[in-house]
Amino acid sequence: MPEEVFRPRRMTRALFGLCLAALLFAVLLGVSVGAVSIPVTTVAHLLLARLSPLPATPNYPETFTTILFDIRLPRVALMGLTGAALAAAGATYQGLFRNPLADPYLVGVASGAGLGATIILSFGFPAAGLGLMAVPAGAFLGGAGTVGLVVIMSRVGRTTPVTTLLLAGVAAGSFVTAITTFWMLRSPDGLRRAFSWLLGGYAGGGWQPVWIVLPYLIAGLIVLQLNARALNVLQLDEEQAKQLGLNVERLKLVLVGAATLMTAAAVSFGGLIGFVGLVVPHSLRMLGGPDYRRLIPLSALGGAAFLILADLIARTALAPQELPVGVITALAGAPFFIFILRRLKRSVF
Amino acid sequence: MTTLSISTLSAGYHGRLVLRGVSLDVRAGEVVALVGPNGAGKSTLVRAVSGIVPIGGGSIRLDGMDLLRLRSAERARLIAVVPQAVHLPEAFSVAEIVMMGRTPYLPLWGGEGKRDCAAAWEAMRRTAVEALAERRVDELSGGERQRAVIARALAQEPRVLLLDEATAHLDLKHQVAVLELVQSLAHAHGLAVLATLHDLNHAALYADRVALLAGGELRAVGAPADVLTATHLSAAYDLPVSVIPHPTYGTPLVLPDGRG
Repeated sequence: MPEEVFRPRRMTRALFGLCLAALLFAVLLGVSVGAVSIPVTTVAHLLLARLSPLPATPNYPETFTTILFDIRLPRVALMGLTGAALAAAGATYQGLFRNPLADPYLVGVASGAGLGATIILSFGFPAAGLGLMAVPAGAFLGGAGTVGLVVIMSRVGRTTPVTTLLLAGVAAGSFVTAITTFWMLRSPDGLRRAFSWLLGGYAGGGWQPVWIVLPYLIAGLIVLQLNARALNVLQLDEEQAKQLGLNVERLKLVLVGAATLMTAAAVSFGGLIGFVGLVVPHSLRMLGGPDYRRLIPLSALGGAAFLILADLIARTALAPQELPVGVITALAGAPFFIFILRRLKRSVF
Repeated sequence: MTTLSISTLSAGYHGRLVLRGVSLDVRAGEVVALVGPNGAGKSTLVRAVSGIVPIGGGSIRLDGMDLLRLRSAERARLIAVVPQAVHLPEAFSVAEIVMMGRTPYLPLWGGEGKRDCAAAWEAMRRTAVEALAERRVDELSGGERQRAVIARALAQEPRVLLLDEATAHLDLKHQVAVLELVQSLAHAHGLAVLATLHDLNHAALYADRVALLAGGELRAVGAPADVLTATHLSAAYDLPVSVIPHPTYGTPLVLPDGRG
């Protein structure tokens, strides 16, 4: 049967189920564990009560409701969005550059966001009200702006060769990081705050960051999904992709644009969290194959679950002190990644 | 009848002209071999026709339709290319690679339909790679890879097939297999085939006509026996050659004399 042959691999449906289950598990665990522990059944009751039109059952302490809806749920949601954005953008960059080492920060989002945040922090806005939004806004503009400049600088005639893009990204990254360092040292007061932002972001901002990041994630994922089949074809080489009728130059700009906006939005609140964009897409690629039409949504689900769990560990391991979540992603991600690499022993690209 | 019509074509890279005033017709159902020394402009001609190299002058038409004015997806429905030393992403399966040939037909949103599956399957059947459908491309031999790439080109349902040194990395048996396949695609299925070939004896055996390109200009076009002559070849390759009849078929057999 011809059509049988062209169906997606059998693994992928199970993998979607697995990723969804992992995400559900991570969310429930993430909202119930903490300084005050809320039993999972209580969480379920409270959530259902909130979602249903019936009046809430008032048998639970008021603090549970506050902790769940005002503190933990928005934090879990933000971490989920951040993880989804970083993993989906990482998968895209690996495909775009045809390089397994590519991560969402490759072409300058990270260094640009760092500079933007540092400059805003050095002005010493109060950490409340409008000031709370100024740092993420600066980070977003710095990140997206740097990538925009990198893309413009790497134009050769009417094309943007990916190697030029990569090299320009590395060069611009070093340059911008040097400015950031200079700026930090010039204003010692901003130094500590900038540093803590770079490592951990702002996780405690309530629901507002969630509503700001969400549209970027949704729009970005839609754009990536629409171009996922073209991204598969781009895995040949650019000349073959053109001969198959793809507008390769437009495709590259669209993919860089979408991945950058998602990453910049995620980074502006979440800080520079490493390894999610590398370990999640690669693990899923090893399990579910190289087709980006499935890899991108799988990465979004997996990235969300991964970062929610990493954040849970970050805030409970040394409680009451919070670790930067990036420390956990690297500590947990790297050995896991190497384990999978050694199990597989063949190219998954 | 479909005719690819290249007329007074000039093309090149960075202002340097590689092709100067090349005119050549390729008709449906025939194999035209493009031969000539390295740097003659053979690949440039293929890449100009497939829209990779911008052209400096002249025209490329298919049944009178100006190919240069088509959008790239429209062109890819008419012209398919089997490139030299193809890079294939290792982890994809043969079926996935062949299905990529449907790219010019597929809308942005939505998957491949029955029609696409049927076209891809038919392409795999003609190139005898059905049994390899679910194999990863990095598990294939050189000959199997090349057949998979030809299947991808056929899945485009093109009217013109361009081959750029498509046999260069294969052993003798697989070279002959690919050439026979290409010949049957032209003769039995009415494709217009333009193939650059290094091996003049393959051109003599499998092409209906031969075009000899040297220094960016077309030196001779015609039946193999008329083009593959000692006079033409010695001049084009700057090397004395002898041409004798093939012991079995009587087609030209080219032997370099060396410089001694």
